[in-house]
Amino acid sequence: MLMSLVRTRRGQALLLAGTLPLMLSAPRSASAMHIMEGFLPWGWSLFWTAVSIPFLLLGFRSIGRIMKLNPNYKMLLALAGAFIFVVSALKLPSVTGSCSHPTGVGLGTILFGPLAMTVLSTIVLVFQALLLAHGGITTLGANVFSMGIAGPLAAFAVYLLAQRTALPRWLSIFFAAFTASMVTYLVTSLQLALAFPMEAGGVAASLVKFAAIFAVTQIPIAVTEGILTVLIFNVLYSYGSQELAGLLKPRKEVHLH
Amino acid sequence: MKKWAYVLPVCAIVLLVIAPLILNPGAPFDGAACMAEDIIMKINPDYEPWRAPIWEPPSGEIESMLFTLQAAAGSLIMGFFLGKLSARHKSNGKKVNANAEKA
Repeated sequence: MLMSLVRTRRGQALLLAGTLPLMLSAPRSASAMHIMEGFLPWGWSLFWTAVSIPFLLLGFRSIGRIMKLNPNYKMLLALAGAFIFVVSALKLPSVTGSCSHPTGVGLGTILFGPLAMTVLSTIVLVFQALLLAHGGITTLGANVFSMGIAGPLAAFAVYLLAQRTALPRWLSIFFAAFTASMVTYLVTSLQLALAFPMEAGGVAASLVKFAAIFAVTQIPIAVTEGILTVLIFNVLYSYGSQELAGLLKPRKEVHLH
Repeated sequence: MKKWAYVLPVCAIVLLVIAPLILNPGAPFDGAACMAEDIIMKINPDYEPWRAPIWEPPSGEIESMLFTLQAAAGSLIMGFFLGKLSARHKSNGKKVNANAEKA
């Protein structure tokens, strides 16, 4: 029955007629942490989508390479993806009296580099946009950019820098995961500020307003995310030291896979 | 020493999650994006979201079910692979011990 609806032309027309009212219905505010469906003007939606697509393609290539390197890495990649899945569903209370959730991209970034995280984040964001009205398809590009590109890139940079200092590794991991979380929501604030500059003060004034919500809410949650990531790494150090040794060996030349 | 590497972080996380509820009683604890929506409407009262979500969970119950499903599926996968790693670690340890006994 369902398949025939999808396959036949009449079925498709029926489906379209059935879903159209849904699409056109007045948007209800959904409690989400990513930019909500329809809340970026279409020009910005297009822009962020265009920016994110090349990273997504590079991400697929990066994952292909990782899989070829060592079949056991597949396990850790699934683990990193599952971690994002779990923490994205956990909306935690913050001292500001509002809620937000960790991003979880720090773990995978440290293991596999930032590009692989673009793919994993996109999967989670699509799931949440389609099934939970959390984020959206028109804002997918913008949300992928903040959580799957900017956050992981910043985290990777922080991790590499921290590794050059005398900091113990667990602290480098903490800072990287903390950064991933914070940068994700700072970029979200910037994206909203660019799209909605204030009349007095422009983008900067608007950025302060949005960051006051997103970024400040995120601080304790980013700390939680950092600790959680260190915890997972502790387990991995105990049981997956072979894989970790291969993935975390100091690289002479830094390449993003 | 090793035990503390797990106990301390878990305690810290529990404290971090509970503290806001104690420090800020009576706060709405809405999603941050709801508040962002209010700001958008203040900055640009004429803004009309040009697209509604394709589908929304019909009720809070269904929504929480889907969120739980998401977390459960993720935890299942994590537990499966961590279990696999720990089993391998144990059997490797046995092999090493057996080799040591032989030698």
